[in-house]
Amino acid sequence: MEGLKRGSAAIVGVAESDLGEVADGISVTDLMAQGAKRALDDCGLSLKDVDGLFSATTQSRLSVLALAEYLGINPPFLGSTIVGGSSFEYHVAHAVGAIALGLCNVAVIAYGSTQRSVGRKQASVREINPYETPFRPFMPSSAYALAASRHMHEFGTTREQLAAVAVAAREWALLNPAAWEKKPLTIEGVLSSRMVSYPFTVRDCCLVTDGGGAIVITSAQRAKSLKKAPAYVLGCGQSVTHANISSMPDLTVTGALAAGKAAYAMARLGPADIDAVELYDAFTINTILFLEDLGFCKKGEGGAFVSGGHIGPNGSLAVNTNGGGLSYCHPGMYGLFLLIEAVRQLRGECGARQVKNCDVALAHGNGGVLSSQATVILGTQSTL
Amino acid sequence: MPGSQDAPLKTYLDHLARGELAYQFSPAAGRAVFYPRMLCPFTGSDRLEWRVSKGLGTVYATTVVHPVEGKPFNVALIDCDEGFRLMSRVEDIAPQEVRIGQRVRLRVHQPGGAEPPQPVFVPVEGA
Repeated sequence: MEGLKRGSAAIVGVAESDLGEVADGISVTDLMAQGAKRALDDCGLSLKDVDGLFSATTQSRLSVLALAEYLGINPPFLGSTIVGGSSFEYHVAHAVGAIALGLCNVAVIAYGSTQRSVGRKQASVREINPYETPFRPFMPSSAYALAASRHMHEFGTTREQLAAVAVAAREWALLNPAAWEKKPLTIEGVLSSRMVSYPFTVRDCCLVTDGGGAIVITSAQRAKSLKKAPAYVLGCGQSVTHANISSMPDLTVTGALAAGKAAYAMARLGPADIDAVELYDAFTINTILFLEDLGFCKKGEGGAFVSGGHIGPNGSLAVNTNGGGLSYCHPGMYGLFLLIEAVRQLRGECGARQVKNCDVALAHGNGGVLSSQATVILGTQSTL
Repeated sequence: MPGSQDAPLKTYLDHLARGELAYQFSPAAGRAVFYPRMLCPFTGSDRLEWRVSKGLGTVYATTVVHPVEGKPFNVALIDCDEGFRLMSRVEDIAPQEVRIGQRVRLRVHQPGGAEPPQPVFVPVEGA
């Protein structure tokens, strides 16, 4: 198997749609189209250049058709892999492959959600699992809480250490004008908030916002002549370990281990080379698990690693620099925003939250209940 | 024409209705399979034998759900001694008292009405 070629394609345009709480009546396709237009403007391309179209959302059954119709385009290459919040990291890998094969040259990957406006129950169909649903887990929170309980049991991870993840995310969010949360947060504030599914309070859980956006990806050759510095796709990796939490082989080890390994191998880089780390933080335990599984610290040491401000704005490793799903924005499938932030950090567009000398950024998506894991490593021209 | 094979879920629920927790065993893999299905996920073999669990297990992971309305309750993952894991809850003790590593025993809960029976667990006394 030859696989994808390092640096053969680049993300050249990124944009959020409206975020937070969108205007009455706005549809998910409105948000995708708005994101697509802004992302194309960002790189100086237009809809007539688009010959690959990808989308994922929980609110439109045939979303990529709806988007193509809305935009008035007939792109020969379509992709709608939907594996939860990491769908967009999968789309990047699929787009890199399609571009290499000449199946398309300019691909738009779009997302939209109005889950805050319409309510979570309206935004995604509740599936009945006869082996789980009767026990009334509050999903997805309880699945991640079960993983947290196991991590606490095996490694002595504490609620305070989980809370440190939320506090760091909030500190970054305060530097991001687009972030939903605007007030400081303390460890005590996390611990004393309303309990959702032990050990998680509502502050250990991601936000429930509207939002969407798009990215534009093209060949490395085409990328050179566009408006902004390309973010080259250096590495991609994916892994699926289960769909339902009761089938996860080991609740303390995620598919990020295998996904990360594949992405590092393709990129010929390791954790020490990463300048900005964007991890899918649906819950505070995620950040700890992914830092461990992606090799930023040893298994079991994630709790200590995130404490003492080490992953905050003045810490030793820049993690979730936009404020993450915990404090910036979480419309349900957050993975696209990881890529948007990673690209902006590589371009040096991040203002007060800019990571110095940022040449390599890692975006790690998570879908389902720690189920589908996908890593994308991006780099500037200097890393080719 | 009816299908050639009962739904795995039906066989499972029929056992539960008799007060039994059924699981499958894959001779090809030499290990238990749960939830019940038509193919062994370890080997791809379609030869799966039904077995009945002795109903003893150990708490693998636990959480307490705090609903906006109503009392907190336990949700746990239980590792049964036969080598399979399932989602369940531990009853008879406060939900926050459920401990990882705790030994538990099956009790089939009959919710009544149209709801199927549920395999729940209680602490093993003296364990």
